[in-house]
Amino acid sequence: MAFSEHFDQLLEKPSPRVQKFLQLLQPLENHQLQRLAAESAALTRRHFGKTMRLFAPLYLSNECINSCAYCGFSRENPIVRLTLKPQEVLAEARHLFAQGFRNLLLVSGEHPRYVSNGYIEECVRLVAAEVPSVSIEVAPMETEQYRPIVSAGAEGLVVYQETYHRPTYQSLHTAGPKKDFLWRLDCPERGHAAGFRRIGIGALFGLYDWRFEAHALAVHLDYLLKTCWRSFLTVSLPRLRPAAGGFHPPAPMNDRDYVQLLCALRITFPTVGIVLSTRESAALRDLVAPLGITLMSAGSHTEPGGYTGQGRNCLHYTIRGKIQASANDAASATEQFEINDNRSPEIVANRLRQLGLDPVWKDWDPAILGIAYAA
Amino acid sequence: MQTQPLIIANRHFHSRLLVGTGKFSSNEAMRDSLLASGCEIVTVALRRADLSGKKDPYANILDFIDPQRYLILPNTSGAMNATEAVRLAHLAAAAGLPKWVKLEIHPDPNYLLPDPIETLRAAETLVSEGFVVLPYINADPVLAKRLEEIGAATVMPLGSPIGSNRGLQTRDQLRIIIEQANIPVIVDAGIGAPSHAAEAIELGADAVLVNTAIATAADPIRMAHAFRLAVEAARMAYEAGLPTQSQFASPTSPLATFLNTLQAN
Repeated sequence: MAFSEHFDQLLEKPSPRVQKFLQLLQPLENHQLQRLAAESAALTRRHFGKTMRLFAPLYLSNECINSCAYCGFSRENPIVRLTLKPQEVLAEARHLFAQGFRNLLLVSGEHPRYVSNGYIEECVRLVAAEVPSVSIEVAPMETEQYRPIVSAGAEGLVVYQETYHRPTYQSLHTAGPKKDFLWRLDCPERGHAAGFRRIGIGALFGLYDWRFEAHALAVHLDYLLKTCWRSFLTVSLPRLRPAAGGFHPPAPMNDRDYVQLLCALRITFPTVGIVLSTRESAALRDLVAPLGITLMSAGSHTEPGGYTGQGRNCLHYTIRGKIQASANDAASATEQFEINDNRSPEIVANRLRQLGLDPVWKDWDPAILGIAYAA
Repeated sequence: MQTQPLIIANRHFHSRLLVGTGKFSSNEAMRDSLLASGCEIVTVALRRADLSGKKDPYANILDFIDPQRYLILPNTSGAMNATEAVRLAHLAAAAGLPKWVKLEIHPDPNYLLPDPIETLRAAETLVSEGFVVLPYINADPVLAKRLEEIGAATVMPLGSPIGSNRGLQTRDQLRIIIEQANIPVIVDAGIGAPSHAAEAIELGADAVLVNTAIATAADPIRMAHAFRLAVEAARMAYEAGLPTQSQFASPTSPLATFLNTLQAN
């Protein structure tokens, strides 16, 4: 059994839980939205306490063979590219560790040559020896390919469907392995089978009608809660940001709708983690942090080498997956998208304290899995 | 007025309130709440602590718990099976924490309900290694007896799921556990108000463990003190001999006087 086999039917005949969620997505008056937010905040405190977990993304590579209209790393884009060597990844990780992060998300584009067999695993092994919690956000794999990565110390897997609307998905993903909508849809289950403790899903808001994406996301969560019952699930609601390629979101979601969706998710799924990235502005992040968010990034860079300038001597231009020329004149690799909250981790942590939330840096110990830990 | 001490593994405690350290708005709020609760046993999730011995300033929860004042009870939250829980207990002991462990194995991250099979397995191993084991369990009387038989120091049945604040939803099962136990019974999880804590103690539970209700209160220090008072009052009432409950009103004095008069004649 896999989600892809049931997706259409589950969308059409929502479970009682999803029906409740859809009710909460109906247009609301201001006072109704305020009540929703109060309930959402109270449920979050009850289940997660007055705490906020912090993490940082660490980009390994921006090489990519996929053609995705909205993504800065899309193979069509003539951008400055770089794949960090594992030791360079470790140097970036050490920098983030010094800033306080004990939870890192390793992110990479998809490329069979540069991001190839064993590379992710090696990066995970090096980083997990010094950082308590390591997750990955890389191209979907088979269960058997995930297992060595889990053994190397990866605790979490993040994979966003981008859009759950199949015609939109097909029109935006025109080339590369990512074209396969259904294979991506079943990725969280393959990750669960491989032993990831935390599984993150999400949709990229702005590509298609937000209420449809939210509905599908709730259907997916509802299914995964029953199927992947041993995994801690998180959900992300990233909104499209400006990036190389100049893609304009065809269906932007406004701040008010974003808040409503966040609160509706919290009320429907009180124990699921909700992630907030630096794609959002500092003002909005401060506003929604207490309402339902449980995991936040801070001070992020979305290009490989972005924290310490690692790999600067290997910058190059790649078009359609092939290296065209070196780019040593460039200052850094090209980012995936522009971040919106530029505050340092320390400033974000202090702001959280002002909001009455304890910033939690460490919430996992690899010793639980028997992984040698050197720090 | 003193109440009887709580005795776990031959160690005496005056307080029958154990407090958990998660979910507070700051380590300082946690420290002050512990003090106000009058507790002597404090649980700490090992995954949030620094066990490397390098004094990680970003994982310094243990720096805020005075080991002279409190018995630090490491909990194995995060472990999904017996192997992982045993490993965590070893790690805590190696880091210099007491050889006491709150055994907590919940493979389900949503309701955090304990796995009875893995818990029994881990308890057997840890008891045989000399640990004082306090297992967190569902309110299952047979499991409680099985754990007692293999040498658990207490059992810690839940009142309702962790963080739910729903009180003693498992009341009938708790009664049986308490009635049958030869080791202390500590009601853990679901206690959302001082009245819930008092109810558990009045039922005959030896102690209660509270975390969410204190940590997430608007004023955690006052709430900690409120729990202290409730637990003390309930224990005193329990020892004083709570009257049995009846369906009927019982007009004691006039009738008793009349009957006594009859007997005297």
